[in-house]
Amino acid sequence: MYGSGINALTHLGQNYFEVDQSLIPEILQVLRDDEKFDYCVDLTAVHYPKREKQFDVVWVLYSFVRNERIRVKTQIVDGASLPSSVPLWATCNWLEREVYDMFGIKFDGHPELKRILLPDGWKGFPLRKDYGILQQDSEWVQINLGIESGQ
Amino acid sequence: MTDPNTLSPLDLDTPDKTFLDSNELVINMGPQHPATHGVLRVILRLDGEKVLGLECVIGYLHRGVEKIAENRTYTMFNPYVDRMDYVAAVSNGLGYCEAVEKLLSVEAPPRAQYIRVILTELNRIASHQLWLGTHALDIGAITPLFYTFRDREEILKIFEKYCGARLTTHAFRIGGLQYEAYDGFEQDVKNFVSFVKPKIDEYEELLTTNRIWLERTKGVGVISGKDCVALGVTGPVLRASGVKWDIRKAQPYANYKNFEFDVPTGQNGDTYDRYIVRMIEMRQSLRIIEQAVEGIPEGPIMAKVPKVMKPPVGEIYHSIEAPKGELGYFIVSDGSTQPYRIRVRPPSFVNLQALDLMCRGQLVADVIAVIGTLDIVLGEVDR
Repeated sequence: MYGSGINALTHLGQNYFEVDQSLIPEILQVLRDDEKFDYCVDLTAVHYPKREKQFDVVWVLYSFVRNERIRVKTQIVDGASLPSSVPLWATCNWLEREVYDMFGIKFDGHPELKRILLPDGWKGFPLRKDYGILQQDSEWVQINLGIESGQ
Repeated sequence: MTDPNTLSPLDLDTPDKTFLDSNELVINMGPQHPATHGVLRVILRLDGEKVLGLECVIGYLHRGVEKIAENRTYTMFNPYVDRMDYVAAVSNGLGYCEAVEKLLSVEAPPRAQYIRVILTELNRIASHQLWLGTHALDIGAITPLFYTFRDREEILKIFEKYCGARLTTHAFRIGGLQYEAYDGFEQDVKNFVSFVKPKIDEYEELLTTNRIWLERTKGVGVISGKDCVALGVTGPVLRASGVKWDIRKAQPYANYKNFEFDVPTGQNGDTYDRYIVRMIEMRQSLRIIEQAVEGIPEGPIMAKVPKVMKPPVGEIYHSIEAPKGELGYFIVSDGSTQPYRIRVRPPSFVNLQALDLMCRGQLVADVIAVIGTLDIVLGEVDR
């Protein structure tokens, strides 16, 4: 029905779908309504800088009725944005804010997409692979904390 | 609207309308607050004492644990996980070790599984005791704090004898355990079980039928089962709203299927039900410990894992029932000694989202009760 846009795989006993980006809001809607995956456990992202489509966005879903957990993965390029899953599962509100905060992936239609763990006004997206482990936004630190550097 | 600081005394005959004329008041419950269980900032919009809405500002305890994970090997990262939910450190370690064991396709030997279950359930009781003490203290009942912390000491003594640390225990290793159960471990655990049973009755005697407790907690912070599922809230909060779901029963891990225990649920989804659910959970944990300590088998405590761990390429998501809810680990391995990405799904982070919904229309004092009943630990919320 979805042609080549969707791929169902299993690894170590855990099932997951690799879905094309264009199918995203539809697949999640079908999973929630028809297949009864009513609990969105987690939403996260992984950064592969050497790939053309650099980010992997992963939804982990669980169905109480079926007692089954699946993952839905999609790949997007840097700068692309995904439609927000907040209309489907209210829990995605803070989860999407954290993905935006750490990776810079924007979600269209999110009610209030702003940073959640880092201070507002921080520049940079820490969980990307090109952000160093000791790196900090020294401009923010100097303005707000009044010290030379956080190191 | 003129700036009040620039008004001169002659202007005060005809003052302009200022923000003091509106009914709505925005108050900051700042990061330093004795009842927010850590550095949590809540911005409340109030109409008198009634809460119209609130917004949580978090991130004061963000330490970048997920970024650190990408720069440490799997065994080196093990102590970091205890520091997230520092109240119940043993279960964090269990979730992480089990997730990596799944990636490596090894299983801890039976003796290790039994001791893991005993330590994890002891840790659940300790976490619920701390929750009860601090929650009651926020609401105004000071005595349970002293009782629960005094009794919690016995559990911490067992942890200290076992692995040397009371709070951030690092009790488990990938593949099993490092330390053999010390001489007298089983006797200590049995003594503890018979010691704490009357103590739990004591806590119930102080609070369960106490009129002030009932007035402060019944009908406060109600959340329906449907809202809990939509918001992803798990743990005792979900169970008190009527959804009978416990990962130890639904997707058992670490030989929980060998033990018999009940999963309590509540009906109303208010603070009182969450209190009752956690009290019953403490007793059920004792039941599990009694069954486990009878049948610890002999055998090795560590499976065959290589010294230098290089899990094959792949991803895994594994979650356990931590005292606070569903604690999940999503680990991506690229075949090297360091994980490519570790994502921790913290129960307190997701549960805290529900605070806004639970506090609408309640009084300011109820916000304190609801924050306490959600049982959040900021170390986990912020990681």
